[in-house]
Amino acid sequence: MRGAKSAKWVASAIVVALAATACGGNDSSNDGGKGEVDPNGVFRLTNSEPQGNLQPANSRDTASGQVIKGLFSQLVDYKKDGSAELVYVNAESVETEDNRTWTVKLKKGWKFHDGEEVTSKSFVDAWNWAANIDNNQQNSYWFADIKGYEDVHPSKGKPKAKEMSGLKVVDDHTFTIELTEPVTYFNYKLAYSAWSPLPSKFYDDPKAYGDKPVGNGPYKFVSWERKKKITLERYDEYQGPDKAENGGVELVVYNTLEAQYQAVASEKADVITQIPPRDLPKYRQDFGDRAIDAPMAGVQSIVPVFYGDQWKLGDEKNAKLRQGLSMAIDRKTITDKVLNGSRVPATGFVGPNVLGFQEGVLGEVAEYNPEKAKKTIEDAGGVPGNKVHIQYNADGGHKEWVEAVCNNIRQNTGVECIPDAKVDFQTDLNTRDAKKVKSMYRGGWVLDYPVNVNFMRELYETGADSNTGFFSSKKVDELFKKGDSAADLDGTVKAYQDAEKELVKEMPAIPLWYYSTQAAHSKKVNNVEFDLANFLLMHKVKVVK
Amino acid sequence: MPDLTKTEETEPVKAPVAEGAPVPPADPAVGKPRSLWSDAWSDLRRSPMFIISSAMILLLLVIAAFPGWFTSLSPRDSDMALYLQKPQFGAFFSPEWLGYDGQGYSVYTRLIHGARNSILIGVSVTVLVTFVGGLLGMLAGYFGGWVDTVISRITDVFLGLPFLLGAMVILVSFETRAVYVIVLALAVLGWTLVARVMRGSVITVKQADYVMAAKALGASTTRILFRHVLPNAVTPVIVVATIALGGYISAEATLSFLGIGLAPPAVSWGVDINTAKDLLRNAPHVLLWPGLMLSFTILAFIMFGEAVRNALDPKLR
Amino acid sequence: MGRYVARRLLQMIPVFIGVTLLVFLMMYALPGDPVRALYGDQTIDPAQIAAIKADLGLDLPLWQQYWNYLMGLPQGDFGEQIATGLPVGEVIARALPITARLALLAFIIIVIVGIGLGMVAGLNAGRWPDTVVLFVTLIFISVPVFVLGYIYQYVFSNTLNWTSPLVTDSENLGELLMPAFVLASLSLAYVARLTRSSVAENRRADYMRTAIAKGLPQRRVLSVHLLRNSMIPVVTFLGVDIGTLMAGAVVTEGIFNINGIGSELFTALFRREGSTVVGLVTLIVIIYLAISLLVDLLYAVLDPRIRYA
Repeated sequence: MRGAKSAKWVASAIVVALAATACGGNDSSNDGGKGEVDPNGVFRLTNSEPQGNLQPANSRDTASGQVIKGLFSQLVDYKKDGSAELVYVNAESVETEDNRTWTVKLKKGWKFHDGEEVTSKSFVDAWNWAANIDNNQQNSYWFADIKGYEDVHPSKGKPKAKEMSGLKVVDDHTFTIELTEPVTYFNYKLAYSAWSPLPSKFYDDPKAYGDKPVGNGPYKFVSWERKKKITLERYDEYQGPDKAENGGVELVVYNTLEAQYQAVASEKADVITQIPPRDLPKYRQDFGDRAIDAPMAGVQSIVPVFYGDQWKLGDEKNAKLRQGLSMAIDRKTITDKVLNGSRVPATGFVGPNVLGFQEGVLGEVAEYNPEKAKKTIEDAGGVPGNKVHIQYNADGGHKEWVEAVCNNIRQNTGVECIPDAKVDFQTDLNTRDAKKVKSMYRGGWVLDYPVNVNFMRELYETGADSNTGFFSSKKVDELFKKGDSAADLDGTVKAYQDAEKELVKEMPAIPLWYYSTQAAHSKKVNNVEFDLANFLLMHKVKVVK
Repeated sequence: MPDLTKTEETEPVKAPVAEGAPVPPADPAVGKPRSLWSDAWSDLRRSPMFIISSAMILLLLVIAAFPGWFTSLSPRDSDMALYLQKPQFGAFFSPEWLGYDGQGYSVYTRLIHGARNSILIGVSVTVLVTFVGGLLGMLAGYFGGWVDTVISRITDVFLGLPFLLGAMVILVSFETRAVYVIVLALAVLGWTLVARVMRGSVITVKQADYVMAAKALGASTTRILFRHVLPNAVTPVIVVATIALGGYISAEATLSFLGIGLAPPAVSWGVDINTAKDLLRNAPHVLLWPGLMLSFTILAFIMFGEAVRNALDPKLR
Repeated sequence: MGRYVARRLLQMIPVFIGVTLLVFLMMYALPGDPVRALYGDQTIDPAQIAAIKADLGLDLPLWQQYWNYLMGLPQGDFGEQIATGLPVGEVIARALPITARLALLAFIIIVIVGIGLGMVAGLNAGRWPDTVVLFVTLIFISVPVFVLGYIYQYVFSNTLNWTSPLVTDSENLGELLMPAFVLASLSLAYVARLTRSSVAENRRADYMRTAIAKGLPQRRVLSVHLLRNSMIPVVTFLGVDIGTLMAGAVVTEGIFNINGIGSELFTALFRREGSTVVGLVTLIVIIYLAISLLVDLLYAVLDPRIRYA
């Protein structure tokens, strides 16, 4: 009985995961753990050791990110169902007339876990502190839109000021943010955890605070046993919409994904947020209706470098070659088999479930068509040297799919394709930064904020810091500019959608597939849901008695 | 006292065991005209271990030299339709014999084509290590004094260095990870073993009467080193090097397995095992066969080394 | 004796400085930037990266970084990890007991099984038990650790379900048993063969004939006369081996998810955590040197002819 039911659920889960790219979906396993819900039950989430301390503007890795998301609430949040509808959390409202000056009104009565009231100052001081280059916060660039950022975060030398002139406290519950340029989607950026407020006691000793953080979120910090676990408990006075439906979380550290998996499979822990490659083929059998497939917003692609002599800018025939290579890749077979259904074939440059996502913008360029691929490449004069390299880091589990992609290219187009392994991520990044990539490299991007802009401007604008393929196109830059100066969010999104269509012609990258979440949970919990960056929505988890 | 002039003229390899071997002979058969080497050879011919291992190595060499005789496919012929197909043991020596792996490659074809890199690396490293380590060990042992101190301390530092760190530094500093880079890395990290053995052996030999006599007669240092000391001190080095050969093959596979050795498109059993480890739960055959083939190869060379040692080391007779 | 130990200890200083310097140079030579890597694929901020590096002292010339490192050591400061912000001393202190437990377990297996097999083979030299032991040890020597590890995992955990495939609790000796066997297999084979040849040789020695002729009970002959005299080469090997075991086994710890010295070293290497790598390697070398000193002292106990001045 059970087996049959599981199989059916699995089949529908895959359909849901695939369909989710189009219409979005809020996947959860609804009936995993059965029985009465214990509102004070504590569950164990498998995690790895956070890198660095728990200062919100310094957290970039997923392990500390998950903790920060429990400890802190932001001004706003957005729905994860693909509509990306804005939700106010600590803010009563975030409004603007001109997209340049934003007025934030805070909800009254919000308190940090130590009892201090959350006021305008809690935000403004925290942002000034985090943006200051001397404080070495890894997320400091998030504040770059604010007027006066250059003074606290110069690209060279010491900061000239301690405060950004664009931030002004009006009263305890109102403050304004002035930007250097209008940004129509600025309110969406505020959902990122770098914008967390900080209590005044933070500044006494920021480092010590990072070991024992005090936030304004649905959970309060209890303890941190290094390399063992972090314990959070529900903050009972919490007033936000995302109040915890469980008593607390233990984030238990396991060295490897394999160990995390085993812990959940043997009911020693309750939720795993990522399935290790070794267990991917079997996890649906192992967990039955407790296996989860949920959509994410992220794209994996192979990125040509335009500083070598193989790929040329503004050359239509050269761009055709990249289209040809794209058509030679059998995305469906590779995602199904080599990647065990953990990815969804990409049809555009922008990840799904964000504002402005366009299904199928790549059209036939993303469709597997060996004959056309070969013909397109031949018609365009063939790939210079008749050989491409795909650079990847050997320590990240990419070897299998890079080899499969290369086999596709080689066997379908006759262009020799060499997987170019770099020992580790460090060496890989170093080669990219030093402009020494031979031909193409593996690139990946997961959303920072849920607008299509995020998937294009940082990667393909001329001179952008993350544009390590050194793509540059006047036409695309103009469309970006048009979007940035649009009167409203719709205008921005539309212009960037046009830019995405232009990108298809120029192919600054060959998008391969969208990321998606594969997860599982024990019999002790249910209602396990994820956001678009693979973070568990901890507050929603229900613990069964 | 042997006839000194004659010792200088005759092939020094034929010097009596009693004086050449680093260990005192337990074999009282001195006086027989047979040399250590011809003695060893007659021993070897009768050793079953030697015969079996030679046959295994011969087979491996043929596979490495002519993979085309054994399989018609290329190791990069991929057919995703055959993804993880199970072995069909009835189909001897055909591509589907041992099943297909996660890239749709024939496991059997990959086994055949993997032999060349393994053996090439094992043999090259052994040769390189024997030359470099042997030379340095000989210099340290023969000259003593500061030469010995410097070489011995360097050996200590290298021995203390973690294999992985050393290998990474060397491998990363090259653009490609071709076979010669792996050979170089393994040789740089492996010469100390041979150097140590050689040093010990030379120290014993240099006190032998015939070396003293050659010195007294005014033979040049080079001549003494290469005609008297080396031939008499080389036996333990040969023994160690032969046995270590299997170890180098294993080391290459380990590096490739850890992702810092050979990488696709190079064919290596270590790379295949690395890929296969993620398929352990649903397709264990993909890991089993390269694992067995690798072990078989190492076994062949280690058995060969043991047979040679048994024949050359009189103590064990 | 005391002077001998003192001299040996003094000799460790140049080796210590040599190893730290060499490892420092090597880490410096590796491409990659641990601070830059914190940003990964996502948006990077070159100015902030430079500021963080300056704060950590990573922008200083190499000799100055090395000097600062050496100066920290007497105060027990082994540096700080870049990614986790943990003091390196703490990282090592956490990993060492885990590796020590695994090493000890493996060592016990090596001693019991290895010497046991060797005795059986040596006392039956040339007969079938000898051949069987020879065959078994050859197999153990030939199968690389990572192949053996996965075969054990597949057979004992995935198929037979006897034990957990991964170590989830490093204090649970039951879970450590399988990795300990994998770790022990190679040395076990060498110990068995060393014991075998040593026993086979000593069995024909004069003192054995005398002992038997005296009419001593067989157990005494075996344990006191034969075993003790056969142990010298074995002890040398075991001494070197426990040093190697304590250095952590990268492959075994990786396969079985053991958070010891080996996996810390592996992670630190890939993250370019210079001070962690130097600290770990130095520790490994010190353990290695200390154990070889102990082994040399043990000779004197085993062989009354050896005396240290």
